[in-house]
Amino acid sequence: MPSFSLSNLYLNSHLKVVYFFLYMPIIVLMVLSFNKAGLPTVWSGFSVEWYGKLLDNESILNAAWNTLIVAVISTILSSILGTLLALGIERMKVNSGLDALLFAPMIIPDIVLAIALLSFFTMLDFTLGLHSIVLSHVVFNIAFVCAVVRTRLKNFDYSVIEASEDLGAGSFTTFRRVTLPIIFPGVLAGSLLAFTLSVDEFIIAFFTAGAGSSSTTLPMQIYSMIRFGVTPEINAMATIVMLVSFTMVFLSQRINKGITQ
Amino acid sequence: MKLLKSLGATALMLSASFSAQTTWADKLVISNWDGYMPADMVERFKKETGIDAEVALHATNEEIMGKVVASKGKGYDVLFVSSPFVEVLNKLDLIAKLDHKLIPNTKNLYSQANELNYDKGNKVSMPYAWGTTGLCYRADLMDEPTSWNDLLKPNDALKGKVTMLSTDRWLMAAGFLSLGYSVNSTNPSEIAEAKQVLKSAKKSILAYDDATFYAKLVSGEATMTHAWDGWCNYGTAENPNIKYVIPKEGTDMYVDSMVITKNSKMKKEAHAFINYVLSKEIGVWIVNNVMYKTPNEAAMSSIDPAMMKAYPNLAMSPDEILKQEQLRDLGKTQKAYTKAVTEILASN
Amino acid sequence: MRSSSRNMLLIAPGLGWLALFMVIPCVLIFMLSFFERGMYGGVDYNFNLENFVRAMDPIYLGILLDSIYIAGTATIVAILLAYPAAYAISLSPRKKQTTYLFFIMLPFWSNYLIRTYAWIVLLNREGLINNGLESIGVISEPLNLLYNEFAVITGLVYNYLPFVVLAIYSSISKLNPEVREASEDLGAPAWKTFLRVTLPLTAPGVAAGAVFVFVLSIGNFITPDLLGGGRLQMVGNLIYDQFLSARDWPFGATLSFILIGIMMMLLFAQAVIVNRGQIEKHEAKEEDVSSMNFSRQSLNEKEKSYA
Repeated sequence: MPSFSLSNLYLNSHLKVVYFFLYMPIIVLMVLSFNKAGLPTVWSGFSVEWYGKLLDNESILNAAWNTLIVAVISTILSSILGTLLALGIERMKVNSGLDALLFAPMIIPDIVLAIALLSFFTMLDFTLGLHSIVLSHVVFNIAFVCAVVRTRLKNFDYSVIEASEDLGAGSFTTFRRVTLPIIFPGVLAGSLLAFTLSVDEFIIAFFTAGAGSSSTTLPMQIYSMIRFGVTPEINAMATIVMLVSFTMVFLSQRINKGITQ
Repeated sequence: MKLLKSLGATALMLSASFSAQTTWADKLVISNWDGYMPADMVERFKKETGIDAEVALHATNEEIMGKVVASKGKGYDVLFVSSPFVEVLNKLDLIAKLDHKLIPNTKNLYSQANELNYDKGNKVSMPYAWGTTGLCYRADLMDEPTSWNDLLKPNDALKGKVTMLSTDRWLMAAGFLSLGYSVNSTNPSEIAEAKQVLKSAKKSILAYDDATFYAKLVSGEATMTHAWDGWCNYGTAENPNIKYVIPKEGTDMYVDSMVITKNSKMKKEAHAFINYVLSKEIGVWIVNNVMYKTPNEAAMSSIDPAMMKAYPNLAMSPDEILKQEQLRDLGKTQKAYTKAVTEILASN
Repeated sequence: MRSSSRNMLLIAPGLGWLALFMVIPCVLIFMLSFFERGMYGGVDYNFNLENFVRAMDPIYLGILLDSIYIAGTATIVAILLAYPAAYAISLSPRKKQTTYLFFIMLPFWSNYLIRTYAWIVLLNREGLINNGLESIGVISEPLNLLYNEFAVITGLVYNYLPFVVLAIYSSISKLNPEVREASEDLGAPAWKTFLRVTLPLTAPGVAAGAVFVFVLSIGNFITPDLLGGGRLQMVGNLIYDQFLSARDWPFGATLSFILIGIMMMLLFAQAVIVNRGQIEKHEAKEEDVSSMNFSRQSLNEKEKSYA
């Protein structure tokens, strides 16, 4: 059928355009990061100077390390809490109050949550630091993990669990052997989303961070760099951040394949 | 259940270990704008005084104000903020009275720097840098601008090639000055008039830009920008055709100051830091590095004349600067300013 | 009974966390809505409703409408780009689908600020696109591509597109190909099959993607700030400015409260669409005679209503 192949042709070229749209800006930044002049417009020769400058910058490395700590811990906590929440809720009757509570962290403007948490922590005389960023990031991450895991649970067959328990397996064994493998792709997707959101977030982080460089995170640094001028170090930073996150996603994809197969 | 318990325990342990890490460190925390002091100044301060210190960064006055108001300033010792915010922090009782005995280097300041109207006698703040707001432009691409109207009603060649500051006080100031009003006006009809002028100016503006305007001049994206004098020098450094001028209607003067939070647990060390900044030697280093004028007479008088020649606005005398009106906090009228600015930025 | 108490145990830690670190702090802030900004930016605790009256000012309504327009346009563009892409992926060989999806999602995992910054480099007057077009002689004067609605919408679409593709793909891939084939066997042209069968059945995925883009776009303030050059005000900027520039927490709280109310309504509307999709699917399963019956029936019904 000619119309069929014509629509196929369209679909395939559309897909290519989408890939082009997604990757062109990234590739441009990566190429520019090796530009000697540092100006984004003129190519003046290959250089890794900007990477050297970046790696010499102790505060950036420190911030990157802080970001990683915050993102990893908040991802672990929110993946566990969010998954449990999803498991509990999916087996309960529809409750719109509960749904609203779970939507809320996704839609409260960042600045509101930021100011609210800082005032709250101050009221309790709670010492701020990286840990207070973790506590705050878990709030919105729980909601996103829970939402992603719930979509996975939509097609879940609960009779499998009953069967397992009828056969005498304890709840924990059932969870580990039956439930977890089934929902694992959802949990993984949710935790990747949580990780990304935590690595990107900086308004809540700025407000709930302790004062001083010991709790400065990378997005705060990047925001300040972008605001204060177009320096080629941003391109180098972009390239590194992207390579690191790409490697991580790639590895987690591998792990996922290993587990589900 | 076991899982939950161990989870809770882990969370607590992690929290505890982090807080231990932060409370344990008895460091002086200084918050400043990124790039507004020599990058290794705090390192040098640590070495020379033996006081442990670290730097936090804020992108805007508003950001640090939000954080300090919500946290009562806990955790911070020294803050760099612009003069109207000194007034607010003082009224909100968040900053400490300064002990001048601990800052002998105040002797290095111009006498005029002791008479700034937002804090006469520098009771709660010490001026760090000062200057004026005006027009920063490409002398090779246009004639010298003379009036605020050259920015607000640019000729056809300049349309879409000018930028303005977006921070509410300075944006409104351009409107007020073009009409001959005070930059601290609280008169509703004057505010409305300024709003109208700025609304129509928006049509010919490329962008509102507080921080990268000089880069836009260098790249050629913009031909004229609304700018702080010191920051215009960053452009001049890359292209000597970039020049600064104060429009004939006059302008405002800004002062960026250092204050000590009331909740600081290291007030003595904080005073020592301020004293360090005000020394002659460090003062010279700051001017050469950040290219802003400072009220440090001892330092300003030993700046290399070649530097003054390359960046003429550095040579402006205190009397010339003080001729301009100083920004004051607006109290309740702030609401009206914010609303006017919202209206301007939202208009088409 | 046992299972319901177990469910409570499952949800207790998560809900406890949200109660402690979201509900309590935010309720404290929202209570400020009923008070007034103090002289120097603190809070005067005299109860009144003035903030809600102020919020009804046409300026704020205008900003809300502008934000809905920008977020809405971004949503529509994202879906128009994402749907055919997701469809193309679902038609490709099974083995390749994961790889294709992987490369759609990849950019999403890099830093948001950096992805936004890339567009400044591309779109500015001296940027790559303008220079490229000039050098091949398409234009003689640089175009104003940056600092306008176009740039903001491009930035929003760029940042959220991967997630939309994923959401739509997961709907399409669940679709039983027999449904489509049945419709085509009955002689329905491909576009009719698409409009009457495929599209309605994939509505939940489209709705999930749309809500994701819309919700994250309308409260966004970084993209309008960086790519809009401050020339555009969205609700996110408005709220940010109330808290920081104006130091008017009570009014900021009021505006956020209203925004959250509006978004909640949208999210519940989406939930209704998704649930309806779910019910249709269940019905399809229950018919059991294979999905062919279902599609034939629904096609007939729709044909009738069309006539």
